Amino acid sequence: MGSDSTASAAQPAPGGFLGWLDKRFPVMAVWNDHLAQYYAPKNMGFWSFFGSLALVVLVLQIVTGLWLAMSYKPSATEAFASVEYIMRDVDWGWLIRYMHSTGSSFFFILVYLHMFRGLMWGSYKNPRELLWIIGVVIYLAMMATAFFGYLLPWGQMSYWGAQVIVNLFAAVPAVGEDLSTWVRGDYVISDATLNRFYAFHFLLPFILAALVFLHIVALHTVGSTNPDGIEIKKGPKGNKWSDTAPADGIPFHPYYTVKDIMGLVVFAAIFSLVLFYAPDLGGLFLEPPNFQPADPLKTPEHIAPVWYFTPYYAMLRAVPPIGGSQFPGVVVMFGAIAILLFLPWLDRSPVRSMRYKGMLSRLFLASFVVSFIVLAYLGLQPASDLFTLLSQIFTILYFAFFLLMPIYTKLEKTKPVPARVTE
Amino acid sequence: MNRRLIAGALLLAPLTAGAAGGHGPALEGSGIDLKDKASLQRGAKYFTHYCMGCHSLQYMRYNRMAEDLGIPDDALRENLIFGDAKPGDLMTNALKPEDGEKWFGTEIPDLTLVTRWRSPDWVYTYLKSYYLDDSRPYGVNNLVFPDVGMPHALVNLQGVQGPVYADHGEHAEGDGAHMVGLELVEPGELTPEEYDTLVRDITNFLTYVGEPMKLERRSLGLYVLLFLGLMFLASYYLKKEFWKDVH
Repeated sequence: MGSDSTASAAQPAPGGFLGWLDKRFPVMAVWNDHLAQYYAPKNMGFWSFFGSLALVVLVLQIVTGLWLAMSYKPSATEAFASVEYIMRDVDWGWLIRYMHSTGSSFFFILVYLHMFRGLMWGSYKNPRELLWIIGVVIYLAMMATAFFGYLLPWGQMSYWGAQVIVNLFAAVPAVGEDLSTWVRGDYVISDATLNRFYAFHFLLPFILAALVFLHIVALHTVGSTNPDGIEIKKGPKGNKWSDTAPADGIPFHPYYTVKDIMGLVVFAAIFSLVLFYAPDLGGLFLEPPNFQPADPLKTPEHIAPVWYFTPYYAMLRAVPPIGGSQFPGVVVMFGAIAILLFLPWLDRSPVRSMRYKGMLSRLFLASFVVSFIVLAYLGLQPASDLFTLLSQIFTILYFAFFLLMPIYTKLEKTKPVPARVTE
Repeated sequence: MNRRLIAGALLLAPLTAGAAGGHGPALEGSGIDLKDKASLQRGAKYFTHYCMGCHSLQYMRYNRMAEDLGIPDDALRENLIFGDAKPGDLMTNALKPEDGEKWFGTEIPDLTLVTRWRSPDWVYTYLKSYYLDDSRPYGVNNLVFPDVGMPHALVNLQGVQGPVYADHGEHAEGDGAHMVGLELVEPGELTPEEYDTLVRDITNFLTYVGEPMKLERRSLGLYVLLFLGLMFLASYYLKKEFWKDVH
């Protein structure tokens, strides 16, 4: 296979409809530049699955979301009932709704794994700073989309979760109260809030899709990295598909397309296990209080955001109020995300991948991952003295990974990087 | 190896974190079976007779219930629909929220989703945990729902339960902290075993109502997974065949 298409660089112009189209639109150029003649390192392995899977889930969310929007009613009096109407009376409505709710949690799982991969491979380092920054913006847009969407079922947790988060804006000095009222469009979360959140929840996925497009354009400009962190474009040239392409590269299509299809099937099976056998995943993907309609007069005894927000929620609660103001906690919470933007310049290591970095980098990465997971757990629990103390410790460890990075990446001894990628 | 471990931990963490513990007294296992249509039919009958006067199932339709539980149309009209509701109607009742405020000091909850925001075990235990408490307006309280507004609607069937205290004598009446259990002080029309079955049937029915498509989604899931299994074989060998060029 493949060996008969050696002369791909000098393909004859296509005929027929494709030829007609190609004269008017760069079909073949796009196909070749981004798939058939986009050379990716041949050693990308397991961790390269999650980016393309996240893209598939984004499409799934947009498609299922569109179908949900056909029956959903963004009104304080009808929203809850319309979700149950979708679950019971709309043909396959339950399947579409569970796909959407399961999809949102899996979207975050995939993106967290994708980001972890970036940390391991040093994917944010020169020349991929902009690629990484676009990724962080995608993550922010995802969180905004999820936040707006979570209000829509209009259950108790939707309502009170939104109440807590929007109240964060009220912690901003001087303009806080006015700001949070402006966000809600009312003095409390109400019909007006639901309507605007619905509008944003519908709009943001398209912005997200545009950002993903930019992410891929940036990726294909600088090229994919790999577990060795070796720049294949700087290595020797010439492989069995092209004389000018990197020797360690293989065409993305068909090699990575067939590989990603295999990954997609495995992912679809894991997704289906949750979708068909535990769509609420023990109260984690669909929280029990959200099966009660929103009641502005009845505060639930324990309010926690959905699991993918809880690391930041734990950080918010970890910071003691200063002068009665929660503002420092809000700053820490947003700082935890904003600091990702500076990562490319915090890492001073001469090598890219964790494979060739020293023990300190590995320890700090491990402590970062543990902190994130423990904070996610703590954010789900009611606050207690012990949990607050633990949240404080792990918040410090979370930030230590970033803030001490310029020091430990300089201090440690790195291993020699081979000239060619390893298998 | 290390990286695999970290990856595994990252994947599993959100799954295990869900086991957030509840509090209050231990719940009894309801032992329901959604495939037991006889139990579901009895549950539907008990619910419409004993509960629906006050509690609606406002997201559930009569005919959907009849179809899923195998209840013929005439049986549905004769035994389960009261008033002038039609089979295609939602299972509502004539009460208004204000009525509950007036009579019980609280809104009467709709029970369509009660097993999803409580749990089947909670509903089962709740219906078995009423006891005499003179300090309450209706003279009864509930172990799993302290200071409950609702009187014991099934008291004629279950009989009257009184609290059992750990230390005989020195206790404040109705003080739940010293209570260790409940005992039947006045038998009802049913034996305790018969009452358990009745409560289990009602719980089973309410669990069905909470998610009518539950059995359907499980059986569909099996076909989807079988299909994906075949797809995996195809995609695995396709990948292997193509990647021969690379290795």
